[in-house]
Amino acid sequence: MKNCEYQQIDPQALPPATPNPPPPPRGPHGDRGEEPTAPRRKWQVFPGKNRFYCDGRIIVARQSGVLPLTLGLIIVTCGLFFIFDCPFLVKHLTSCIPVIGGLLFVFVVITLLQTSLTDPGILPRATPDEAADIEKQIDNTGNASYRPPPRTKEVLINQQVVKLKYCFTCKMFRPPRTSHCSLCDNCVERFDHHCPWVGNCVGKRNYRFFYTFIVSLSFLTAFIFGCVTTHLALRAQGGKGLMFALQESPGSAVELVVCFFSVWSILGLSGFHTYLVSSNLTTNEDIKGSWSGKSGEDVSNPYSHKNIFVNCCSVLCGPMPPSLIDRRGFLPADESVQTAAVDTELPTLATKSVP
Amino acid sequence: MSTFHNLQELRHSASLANKVFIQRDYSEGTTCRFQTKFPSELESRIERTLFEDTVKTLNNYYAEAEKIGGQSYLEGCLACATAYLIFLCMETRYEKVLKKIAKYIQEQNEKVYAPRGLLVTDPIDRGMRVIEISIYEDRGSSGSSSGSSSVSGSTAR
Repeated sequence: MKNCEYQQIDPQALPPATPNPPPPPRGPHGDRGEEPTAPRRKWQVFPGKNRFYCDGRIIVARQSGVLPLTLGLIIVTCGLFFIFDCPFLVKHLTSCIPVIGGLLFVFVVITLLQTSLTDPGILPRATPDEAADIEKQIDNTGNASYRPPPRTKEVLINQQVVKLKYCFTCKMFRPPRTSHCSLCDNCVERFDHHCPWVGNCVGKRNYRFFYTFIVSLSFLTAFIFGCVTTHLALRAQGGKGLMFALQESPGSAVELVVCFFSVWSILGLSGFHTYLVSSNLTTNEDIKGSWSGKSGEDVSNPYSHKNIFVNCCSVLCGPMPPSLIDRRGFLPADESVQTAAVDTELPTLATKSVP
Repeated sequence: MSTFHNLQELRHSASLANKVFIQRDYSEGTTCRFQTKFPSELESRIERTLFEDTVKTLNNYYAEAEKIGGQSYLEGCLACATAYLIFLCMETRYEKVLKKIAKYIQEQNEKVYAPRGLLVTDPIDRGMRVIEISIYEDRGSSGSSSGSSSVSGSTAR
């Protein structure tokens, strides 16, 4: 019998590399003291600064930012609109007004919640084997405690040289357009920005929700502003004056103030993001001036399809990529698959726990 | 449960010797493509054409999933009109293609890679960053390919 004959491996028998729930852990297999009772889900050991609800179905950033304020402002303003302005306007104008207002309100709230509660395109951290493989390719003579100078790798994308940076936290070279958000402590694909109003990063997976949210919010704000102005103007007719109108309908004053101050910034933001969408840029790239050719080189955005319509369609109507972090998947029953020949580092995922 | 016992037996006969990582190919942008360069660690284990076929088929699947065309526009517009609630009930085209990919990889593992002592991991389990190919060695023989550095991370010039 030859020693070097390879045994045929039954792929079904090996530890599941595909996301199938493993059998409940029978007993410790060189583990680090995992409870042999319930198999744990991956969200419970997620290393980033995120919080999970509904057993991993909902993901939010650690700091919710001013999301409660955003939601509160929208709900209160719309509530006042329906209570104070709609009855008068329905009587004097048309009953379409509350219908349109209601539709816009529902649209805004749904897209806001989707922006906040969706995984923006978080990249899972590199497994220890991958990290070791990358380390082998980079000549590293320093010891573990000293952080070597930033590592970069250049790739050619559509004849444009793009530098890929190494992420020390996630231990991998970031794909193009990916950035590490320090607030969430995750690398996010097609990172746009971390929005405190929404309490989440805006990235590849939730950019279309975010864009729909700000566009519909600008329509809603402009609509309410217009309706309130019409309402007060109608009430103040016949020489009664604005003060009389405001006394009759105090809620309208609040709405007027809120809408007046927010409509400009929201309209401005919508306009800015429309420009970004039509040129297939992210806020991050625009701010850094990655493709503006400031350094005098002939640089152009390699991701743009050179056609406004195609750019818009690809950003907003493109296929919806799946979440890569598999929050609800189970941790493999046996993490220590590797033998001593490879890497004895404990997998990062299983050692950290979500506080 | 019988698979669990098989795992025990295989542990005695086959051990993980090395892992090779096929990196992403960004030459066409951020769409998902993997490099078809044949890693040197696999030279003695599998024919180049079989490996390239696998990677090219996977690349084609991903291109199909990410294709921007009539169907994806329809899906996108419909989703926007329903305030994206449709994503909660409907399986997107991407997810359908991912299932096809998972099936394809399993089939390739059973027919091509396992008989040669290799195992291909679905890229979705590695964040779509790499195709991880595990090299298993018979415990009786010495690990001939362990310790060699992988050359699969070369930049596309």
